[in-house]
Amino acid sequence: MKILEVMELEKNFGGIKAVDNISFFIEEGEVFGIIGPNGAGKTTLFNLISGIYTPDKGKIFFKGKDITDIPPYMLPHFGISRTFQNMRLFGSLTVLENILPAIMVKNSYNIFQAIFRTGSYLDMEKDAYNRACELIEFFGLTEKMEYSASSLSYGEQRRLELARALATEPTLILIDEPGAGMNPKEIWDLALMIKAIKEKFSLTIAIIEHQMNLIMNISDRIMVMDFGEEIMTGTPQEVKKDKRVIEAYLGEELD
Amino acid sequence: MEHIIYILQQVVNGLQLGAVYALIALGYTMVYGVLRLINFAHGDVFMLGAFVAYFLISKFSMPIYLVFILTMFSCALVGYLIEKIAYKPLRDAPKISLLITAVGVSLFLEYFLSLNAIFTPNYIAFPRPFDVKAYDFTFLSITNVQVIIFIITFISLFILYLLIYKTKYGIAMRAVSHDKETASLMGVGIDGIISFTFIVGASLAGVGGILYGIAYPQINVFMGIMPGIKSFIAAVLGGIGVIHGAVAGGLIIGICEVFVSAFLSSTFRDGVIFIILFAVLLFRPRGLFGKRIEKV
Amino acid sequence: MRFFRESKQFIIVMFILYVVLKILFISGMASPYIQQIIQYAIIIALASLGLNIIYGFTGQFSLGHAAFYGIGAYTSAYITKMFGIDNIFSYIPVLMLCGIISGLIGFLIGIPILKLKDDFLAIATLGFGTLVRVFFDNSDKITDVLGGSRGFVGIPKITNLDLVLVVFAFIVIITRYMIKSRFGLFWRCIKEDELAATSIGINTANMKLMAFTYGCMLAGCGGAFYANLYSFLHPSNFDILRSIDFLIIVIIGGMGNITGTIYASIIWVGFIEGLRIVLPSEIMDLRWVVIPVLLICIMMWRPYGIMVKKPR
Repeated sequence: MKILEVMELEKNFGGIKAVDNISFFIEEGEVFGIIGPNGAGKTTLFNLISGIYTPDKGKIFFKGKDITDIPPYMLPHFGISRTFQNMRLFGSLTVLENILPAIMVKNSYNIFQAIFRTGSYLDMEKDAYNRACELIEFFGLTEKMEYSASSLSYGEQRRLELARALATEPTLILIDEPGAGMNPKEIWDLALMIKAIKEKFSLTIAIIEHQMNLIMNISDRIMVMDFGEEIMTGTPQEVKKDKRVIEAYLGEELD
Repeated sequence: MEHIIYILQQVVNGLQLGAVYALIALGYTMVYGVLRLINFAHGDVFMLGAFVAYFLISKFSMPIYLVFILTMFSCALVGYLIEKIAYKPLRDAPKISLLITAVGVSLFLEYFLSLNAIFTPNYIAFPRPFDVKAYDFTFLSITNVQVIIFIITFISLFILYLLIYKTKYGIAMRAVSHDKETASLMGVGIDGIISFTFIVGASLAGVGGILYGIAYPQINVFMGIMPGIKSFIAAVLGGIGVIHGAVAGGLIIGICEVFVSAFLSSTFRDGVIFIILFAVLLFRPRGLFGKRIEKV
Repeated sequence: MRFFRESKQFIIVMFILYVVLKILFISGMASPYIQQIIQYAIIIALASLGLNIIYGFTGQFSLGHAAFYGIGAYTSAYITKMFGIDNIFSYIPVLMLCGIISGLIGFLIGIPILKLKDDFLAIATLGFGTLVRVFFDNSDKITDVLGGSRGFVGIPKITNLDLVLVVFAFIVIITRYMIKSRFGLFWRCIKEDELAATSIGINTANMKLMAFTYGCMLAGCGGAFYANLYSFLHPSNFDILRSIDFLIIVIIGGMGNITGTIYASIIWVGFIEGLRIVLPSEIMDLRWVVIPVLLICIMMWRPYGIMVKKPR
């Protein structure tokens, strides 16, 4: 089943086509990689899907529903979640406080229940706390629970951001360059981590990445972009062999 | 016919006020372009210009061209020092800290100068260096004050044009407003560009201060607040960071203000300007001439 | 009830404070002037708490807080004078109404202007503050009672220590529970990074509006108390300098720190009024020369406030 379908998407910035007539789909349960040189329009594509930008043309469907004009804050409620290239954590909040709000957006208590501290309010708070602890434990951050996010190491921050994105209980997660600035060992760990969360949370994943060995290793299918356009889409083997891709992008890295 | 003449007359009066707003608005827009900061103290530099001119004329009876040169020089110095002392240490601080500092500098200048030992908070009569004469044409009457304001504003704008289009610093300044990275490739340090911006902006505000004093010869240490805010609104209206936008915005705001005073009531004039601000911010935040910005 | 049980400590502290102040007031150890200042400090704390919600917790910079304080003050002054209200029990609904009216105006203004960020929000709130000030200055043209630039005179004196302290304690408890709940957490997320807050599903527009409305309500309540404490209002009490007063208190007390705001209000009012007793008026004129310098220094050395604890 197609979980996400993008049709003829287009976005201009001052006459430059950042995303030009892109169409693709993602099957439920697959890992869909997106690669391409800097400025190819990958992040713009994510911003379009997650509603930060509105496209100039084209449609986006999620589970058959048109989500093109949905305000961005609604997407986590539909089941789409994302991370950012430059990790936008809530820096001076603690690790726990980074996770809790993502869980609590789906809580239903209102402000009066909060002020009068009703039983159902306390139950919901307790539930959210327990779920946050589980997530934090899964990502190995239990000891750092009360530390501010900005005090964590780079790798820990990356894990925290993934944890926060997963706290909204998504079915589709958009991951933007998780391996930026990591060494080969860390990349390897990251690949294992992504495979693990995919199984545990039964996710569909769309991932932008520059690190070839990471993306080739984890993706089921890969879309290659350049100058806002799709060059080709296929399995990692097909992409590695494709002439246009090698010319446009992969050449030096595969040697 | 009479109505049309009356309206035209108000347009001329509005342009007189608008020219001063335009001169101040340029400083706001250039500083915003470079630092992304609303320099709240800019209106006070304008006030300072009027006061310096007041002293040069009344205490030293200097010739008018020297008054202009020395006033511009003093304002430039003050603008330069404000940036170096108050803003530079905070360049990497949160944006709001910088803004609060700007408000602090503005309050400091106003209240320090309002002390009884210095200028006192009272109004002072600004000595006009010449007598007012009105030239009556068949439909319009134009005063020599207005003629002088238009000529000097025009000269200032021409010099500004040369500065920002023909000098290394000016070109670099425009490059910074446009894009931080390319500017650093031009061999001009960012500190130099920022100083240049403050110096040019403050000099123009100084000219504005003198012209304002000549046109409305009552000055006081708090006189910079409202023209300052209105000029900022002019800069927003024209598209913040856009130089010709600031000039157009200043003239439009000046005309609007005079029209409201003439046709409604002068009590509403500040209100209308703020309504313009709300309208611009809500419906066309990039202003009349601004480029669309969309970036995450 | 859990509402009181979980704030036992705070209630005890407030009770002790009440007893001490009451003894001071009744015994005459505190002169009527000092009594007034103590109540004034609590009122300022109430309004500053409102700004701390808007700015300290949610990060929405406002230079127009005094306008909402003024709206509360003029509303209460008008109602109490016109209806001849003179006792606490008929005053309480008036107080609530003042809060609601300020909050409602905050809500309506907030819908458009909270789309703006940082400095543009600052200039828009400053603009609103100026508009309100112009309105107060010309209010005698609407009805003569409001006084316009002559000031609003003859407002019944109703505010007293009992009422101010009870209302204050109540509001502090409510505010603390709000901050502890998911709403407080959402506000803090928005302050940290609005886009990231959106990405986890927070309706940032609604949450900002909620914080702004609540903050304006507190300012309105504070203003109402103020009107019925001093029995005289002047438009200049509600100009930008008053907004900056609130801002300084929030900054000194620490952004997003309720206790800090309370201490800072008391210190600030005590400091200013104390100086007024000690120093001759020529030196008092220096106040607005020193305050901005102080403000700039704080911005350079402790940009997050003096009393805020550093995150680990």
